[in-house]
Amino acid sequence: MAIVFEKTKGLTDKETHYCPGCTHGIIHRLVAEVLEELDVLGNAIGVAPVGCSVLAYDYFNVDMHEASHGRAPAVATGIKRAMPNNVVFTYQGDGDLASIGTAEIVHVAHRGEKITTIFVNNAIYGMTGGQMAPTTLIGQKATTCQDGRSKAHSGMPLRVSEMLATIDGAAFVERVSVHNPVEIRKAKKAIKKAFECQIKGEGFSIVEVLSTCPTNWGIAPTESLKWLEANMIPYYPLGNFRTPEEA
Amino acid sequence: MAKVTFKEDICKGCQLCTTACPKNIIVMATDRINVKGYHPATVLEMEKCIGCANCALICPDCVITVER
Repeated sequence: MAIVFEKTKGLTDKETHYCPGCTHGIIHRLVAEVLEELDVLGNAIGVAPVGCSVLAYDYFNVDMHEASHGRAPAVATGIKRAMPNNVVFTYQGDGDLASIGTAEIVHVAHRGEKITTIFVNNAIYGMTGGQMAPTTLIGQKATTCQDGRSKAHSGMPLRVSEMLATIDGAAFVERVSVHNPVEIRKAKKAIKKAFECQIKGEGFSIVEVLSTCPTNWGIAPTESLKWLEANMIPYYPLGNFRTPEEA
Repeated sequence: MAKVTFKEDICKGCQLCTTACPKNIIVMATDRINVKGYHPATVLEMEKCIGCANCALICPDCVITVER
């Protein structure tokens, strides 16, 4: 028998601190597998965010840098401009990218920096204890909106991919999900395209990955997958919003 | 002929793999706990495994190796 699936060399042997069933682990693995398949593990530099994935630098088997909250795209810009031949990516959650980091992500796209961003959207702040994020759905409960998010008070959830797709410098924008094996395979393809876009020098690339947060949603991991499919995908439709040909 | 191997001590018992198995042969081993204190995922009827690797694909903790 031949091995058809084993852990990628793109991840270290360290066990993650993520809660049981948190899909961060899946997304880490997809990014690492893509970096391995593109043969850039020795050439890649990742920038970790603030949030649950703040310790991503312990898990990716590549050079990593830590950024202050929301500023990963700015740090990645500096790294890429100093070392244009390296593959540079940021790994950010929605509390990091869609809230305190909106200026950085909009302008990194605006400038068309040749970096790749993996944007993990689980519609809540994870590490800090389940507060409402800009991406929290209407009616969804969080510790700072205990009766559910209301449009009148907090506005509608921010659709980051749609927003960034309006910016000329954003060459590749796609939203994927990891709630079942079919979508996980599609997510990996999108992440690969995003990195290829960077390697070809076509501009800024971002993949938004819909993710679960069983702990702060207060739902069991397997039920969280169903909750994501039933509630997040209708508001955050999956698909490609921009490819280099359109940019 | 296919085989899946679980590194039981790093399993967090989240059960995501049980949702992905088309043959529904993955169960949680309720007769034992691992070093983390979880009932780890396991397969009792390995002869039914088709080696699709769906379980390994959805596992957030790289617990599973698949051979075929």
